[in-house]
Amino acid sequence: MTRHSLNRMTPYMFIAPAALVMILALFYPIAYMVWGSFRDWDPSQSLSETEFVGLANYIKLLGDAAFHESFRVTLVFAFTVVSVEMVLGVGLALLLDRNIRGMSVLRTLFILPMMIAPVVVGLVWRYMFHATYGTFNRFLESIGLPRVDWLGQNPLLSVIIADTWQWTPFIFILSLAALQSLPRSALEAARIDGATAWQQIWFIKLPLMMPVLIVTMLLRLIDAFKVLEVILVLTGGGPGLSTEILALRIARTAREFRELGEAAAMSNYLLMLLMLLTLGMFAFTRWQDARAQRLRPAAEEEE
Amino acid sequence: MSTSRDRQNPAWFALIALLIFIAVGPVVLLLANSFKLDVDITSGVGGLLFMPTIQNYETALCDVLWYKPDHLRFCQIRFGGAFVNSIIIALVSTALTLLFGCMAAYALVRFRFMGRGSLSLSTLAVRMIPPAVLLVPVFGLWNNAFCLDKDYGLVALIRDTFGGRGDVCLAGTHSGIILIYVAMNLPFVIWILKSFIVQVPRSLEEAARVDGAGPFQTFFIVVLPLIKPGLAAAAIFTFRIAWNEYLLASALADRDTMTVPILIVNNASEFDGLGTIFATGMLLAIPPIIFTLFASRQIITGMTAGAVKG
Repeated sequence: MTRHSLNRMTPYMFIAPAALVMILALFYPIAYMVWGSFRDWDPSQSLSETEFVGLANYIKLLGDAAFHESFRVTLVFAFTVVSVEMVLGVGLALLLDRNIRGMSVLRTLFILPMMIAPVVVGLVWRYMFHATYGTFNRFLESIGLPRVDWLGQNPLLSVIIADTWQWTPFIFILSLAALQSLPRSALEAARIDGATAWQQIWFIKLPLMMPVLIVTMLLRLIDAFKVLEVILVLTGGGPGLSTEILALRIARTAREFRELGEAAAMSNYLLMLLMLLTLGMFAFTRWQDARAQRLRPAAEEEE
Repeated sequence: MSTSRDRQNPAWFALIALLIFIAVGPVVLLLANSFKLDVDITSGVGGLLFMPTIQNYETALCDVLWYKPDHLRFCQIRFGGAFVNSIIIALVSTALTLLFGCMAAYALVRFRFMGRGSLSLSTLAVRMIPPAVLLVPVFGLWNNAFCLDKDYGLVALIRDTFGGRGDVCLAGTHSGIILIYVAMNLPFVIWILKSFIVQVPRSLEEAARVDGAGPFQTFFIVVLPLIKPGLAAAAIFTFRIAWNEYLLASALADRDTMTVPILIVNNASEFDGLGTIFATGMLLAIPPIIFTLFASRQIITGMTAGAVKG
């Protein structure tokens, strides 16, 4: 009898530690935040002392020009970096998908930008973008071009360049892995039929890579909304509100303006946006699996 | 060897060299600047030709040096202490995340039980939560509800599980920061490890069970050694996040539990200590650089397992 009940409890004993930590430090805080977003909440108060204000925080944000701006900046940043990185990363993978010496060194060194602390990345790039002694302006000057005020005049562009440097390798490595696991037979057949390199890429490689590419893109898009430290160190959100992405605005609202309720409402808006993206990803992988299930019997019959 | 390679066009080598230069250039710049005097960094002459000095590292590490550097009147940056904090927090949270994560992943793969489907799904869903979203509730809870002088329900449980100084809130302790890092990293680790555990042949586990091993013995003695590559990949990713994270740590840490990223951000705005800041940045970057050079295969495995097997 004890043996039997032990067996029934086993899965829960394996799950318990992880579940406990996640409930305590992930789900409970999120619920707490949702509750807090309906309240007028000052950091010095505990939540039960605060006043219930209904949807006031959410409505206030809808009319807040600074929030609009920061929402816009976030979307522009996320979609720009993801499109640029997808084009560069997939392009490089297609170009370098061949057996050449130095490839493994490149792959190893390409991981470096992703592994280094975002804070340090911001630090180095702030130096390189510096108006007078920065690397880029020194280079421009040495070849006789005028200086560019990177962080002052083109802050969003500078931030996008730094992020592209850091995360293009992610897409490169994943697309390379996808490319190298493509069925050789399809490529072989195309080559025998006389398809040009471009035709192979357009009609065979890209369509076959598409499932992995879409998941990669969605993952990267979700991550692009998490970026904070690089921008914080590079520009601090400025000048003005030009690079103040939502994550940064949440941090400032909470810590400088001491409006926890409003920051919580803002966090919820961001969360809803990301939820939509994640649902999109789920729906896509489900659909993909279903399609693969449908196609498998057909493929087996052909063989 | 060379027969298996495609044609060796010099243009490819040029392209690869350029890409390597772009990827590594900023890191080399960081390394070079950390050995330069402030005047050399801002004057803009020389590039890689300069007289290296360890003065920046002396300034950064002044609180742990056994001698007093000549150029310093007093020790301003307490890098040593922050470095120790970072190491404690990153190592403990990585170890806990891996332990809890592999057990949960095993249960999700191998056992059928009530709530498995929804648990699996919610693990996946919370991967998207950005640290910034956790900032407000974590700040509120860790400072108010999760205080160790209160004695009810969950709070007493945390105190018993994680310890703490007894008279303070979870904010400002190592345990407080570790708790949120473990929670934040668990979904990702469970996701990665699931794809490795699926590949372990069931027959091995059944053989162990026939020999009389309990479920925990089977797991820790038979299954764990087989998923070492997955554990290594998961460990690197968890360590990286715990080591590099700034926002939540800055909300929770006080002067004594400050981690290195906080120290860097706090000092980055001062322009007179440019070389020192580069030195601290370099010191923070050393562990990730070591991982990259020695475990790049595991990192790539982890990345592809995390993305492709969604």
